[in-house]
Amino acid sequence: MRLLGAKRLRAAGLLAALLLVAAACGDGDTAGEEETPDAAATGDAGTEPDDATETGDATETGDATETGAEPAGDGATMVFGTSADPVVLDGALVSDGESLRAIDQIFEGLVTLELGGTEVAPGLAESWEPNDDGTVWAFQLRDGVTFHDGEVFNAEAVCANFDRWYNFPEAFQTADATYYWQTVFGGFAGGETESLFASCEATEDLVATITLTKPSASFIPSLALTNFTFASPAALEEFGADEGEIGEDGLFRATGTYGTEHPTGTGPFRFVEWTRGQQLVMERNPDYWGEFPGNIQNLIFRPIADGPARLQALQTGEIQGYDLVAPEDFETIESTEGLQLLSRPAFNVGYIGFNQAIPPLEDIEVRRAIAHAINRQEIVDAFYVGQGEVATQFMPPALFGYAEDVTTYDYNPEMSQQILTDAGYELPVEIQFAFPTDVSRPYMPDPQANYEAMVADLEEAGFAVQQDSAPWSPDYLGNVDTGQYAMYLLGWTGDFGDPDNFIGTFFQSPQPAWGFDNPEIVSILDEAEAETDEDARVALYEEANRMLMDFLPGLPYVHTEPALAFTSNVEGYQPSPVSLEPFSIVTVNE
Amino acid sequence: MLRYVALRLLYMVPVLLVLSFVLFAFLRALPGGPAIALLGERATERDLEVLEQRFGLDRPVHEQYFGYMRNLARGDLGVSIRTRRPVREELLDRFPATVELSIGAILVAVLVGVPLGFAAAKRYQGAIDQSSLVASLIGISFPVFFLALLLKYVFAVRLGWLPTIGRIDVRMLTAEHPTGFYLLDGIVTRDWDAFVSAAKHLVLPAIALGTIPLAIITRITRGATLDVVSEDYVRTARAKGLVSSVVNRRHILRNAMLPVVTIVGLQVGLLLTGAILTETVFSWPGMGSWILEAIRFRDYAVLQGGILFFVLVVVLVNLLVDISYAFLNPRIRYR
Repeated sequence: MRLLGAKRLRAAGLLAALLLVAAACGDGDTAGEEETPDAAATGDAGTEPDDATETGDATETGDATETGAEPAGDGATMVFGTSADPVVLDGALVSDGESLRAIDQIFEGLVTLELGGTEVAPGLAESWEPNDDGTVWAFQLRDGVTFHDGEVFNAEAVCANFDRWYNFPEAFQTADATYYWQTVFGGFAGGETESLFASCEATEDLVATITLTKPSASFIPSLALTNFTFASPAALEEFGADEGEIGEDGLFRATGTYGTEHPTGTGPFRFVEWTRGQQLVMERNPDYWGEFPGNIQNLIFRPIADGPARLQALQTGEIQGYDLVAPEDFETIESTEGLQLLSRPAFNVGYIGFNQAIPPLEDIEVRRAIAHAINRQEIVDAFYVGQGEVATQFMPPALFGYAEDVTTYDYNPEMSQQILTDAGYELPVEIQFAFPTDVSRPYMPDPQANYEAMVADLEEAGFAVQQDSAPWSPDYLGNVDTGQYAMYLLGWTGDFGDPDNFIGTFFQSPQPAWGFDNPEIVSILDEAEAETDEDARVALYEEANRMLMDFLPGLPYVHTEPALAFTSNVEGYQPSPVSLEPFSIVTVNE
Repeated sequence: MLRYVALRLLYMVPVLLVLSFVLFAFLRALPGGPAIALLGERATERDLEVLEQRFGLDRPVHEQYFGYMRNLARGDLGVSIRTRRPVREELLDRFPATVELSIGAILVAVLVGVPLGFAAAKRYQGAIDQSSLVASLIGISFPVFFLALLLKYVFAVRLGWLPTIGRIDVRMLTAEHPTGFYLLDGIVTRDWDAFVSAAKHLVLPAIALGTIPLAIITRITRGATLDVVSEDYVRTARAKGLVSSVVNRRHILRNAMLPVVTIVGLQVGLLLTGAILTETVFSWPGMGSWILEAIRFRDYAVLQGGILFFVLVVVLVNLLVDISYAFLNPRIRYR
């Protein structure tokens, strides 16, 4: 006993000494540890995938215990760190990024987007042709494509999928499952909400004809969404994709195994195995119809919820890449040999929302005064580590319909005060303003920092700010959506390359968060959505942007480029503004 | 003895009932709800209404509660709002990982803490005693997540000895896992590579999670040993010529162990809470990270099922501790 005790003691002593040494030299080479953000200090470090503490500098990845990058078969293995498990591997039933990322590797749609861009490109359809009024679309399908289960991909398969989506049981007709169908196509068969989709017909073996109830210009770009990718109808049937029962609690209990064990698409990778909480394994599809320039044989997605843990796993080589790098880690990654940082083109907007139902925000003069009060350039310079640019409107410059000549509001606190006094206000003007805690978004890595700078600007410009905050999800978002806040920090990341996905989403119907009903704005957005002539459509969206920035429903202040990190032996990864990023073009070098 | 155990088990019923109701009401009193947590920025008022209705959240709380309890009585813990899978299935997936981690942590705490505390008491106010005091203070006051980051930084990033995430090397996950306890699986299937990989993955999380119990157990062992050392029977044992190791083992340690066992039992509850942070930082796929994620998504079914299950485990472990007293101390008899 004593001998054992002594040994243990020595081990414990050694450990304690090591810890003290590590802690003592911490400030020398781990500059970040003293600046651990509040989120981490409260013990919530792990909850939000995006938030992160700086974990100090890195070492070479060569001495890792577990590389994961060893070749299996004749290709490489790539382990990618994700922020969470997918919900289910059925594109029609998800809206979260991690599900979509995996589904993108296994499934394909009629159209896709240019690598790294938002231009529509042929996918499983080689070409498509509308009728004169833009309501009937004929898709010429690619020949010789098979699903992973060997079934042939043809027009019948396309229509089987469309029919499945359109006829979803009521249990799936909620926004958490079929958000994108509802956004793009509206309602379901027999539902109260009108649907854009009317029918799909296999007019020839390789020609699928889709009829819409009205012309829609965003129809084609939206087909690039991962949600509208095609599953093998035989597999859907065999593994009971839509089967289940409603329990006594009213919740749907899926009984099929399609989305968890047998997702079957046409994509460059096919599903192998999914151990929840641990890994999702895919392998190269040997019968892939298209090009497969990369060398990845085994693709593994590993969920790591904690931001700092993802960075450390990259440093040890346990993973070869991860998404949503925290801005404070940029420098660490860039300065570490063996690691690389890639940035994704800006496709988001951060804004201050104004709720016009809460005085005095119904007054355009007050909104103008706020716009002149905020020093947006300084905020972007200070808190976005070179990854941001000042926004002049509610959508990113990369998107068509972006107007160069919108009204801009330069930083000028004296002018703000002038506007307020001219409008008859007595300074300071009281205003409520809220920010979210426990969150980091691509467009808002550190909400509190933005907020504090904005509050200081507002107070300098003659406002007295009533400060408010709440945890992001669900408290804060709930308060915003129900119109509880007068001014609030929020933003948006686009899903597909169409202005409808930005300003259409925000303003096409009145919402409590904005607290106004402006028929002119609604009607121009309606008109733009339906316009099938491209030039006319661009002009309409440009006009809408000009109208919006005169009406000033909120103040857009930033577009950012989110970043991904990889080990340097990873080549060819192509970041896309809408995160449509195939691993089939990636090479992992030995 | 049997009667005592039966009574204790019976007492659990009202405890769990009251707790389940408090938990149920408390969760629903939290601001926001699962609908908005799921939809995030994309939520619209109408979507929220539809979802709340679908989740049955528009019904009165007591109605929801009785519906839940009826399902529970049938062994149905409901369906996760986020993953849409049965909670029971998820719980069974997650539970072995947490048990394995907790046992690892307890082992670290007991195997290091008891000898350390004993040694400290035997050399009262000596160097070991003083340094054990300092070490346990550090152990108690060190935030788990920070300790975890530090351990990973030193032993994984710097030295490259140990992995930082998960329970086993990704390539070995496809190995057979008949029990779900990966160390045990390695032994059962004689897959020694898998065993070694699982053991390596366990080291850092177990140390991180075991630190606080380790510190406490060291202090308790020391105190209890000090009490016992000055007892008459110890003096008598020495006087009648017993060798020191026998006195230590048979008379001092055995008697000093009583409070330590109690503490170990109490630590189980703390371990499960500690597991929430530790598991998240180490991407350990156990119940802790599961519950934390459920809080973020206001996944009521998971939270209710998971927390009730935690409580059940803690209560049962405490019962086991009480029973074990009888073996350690023949003077204690339960009726």
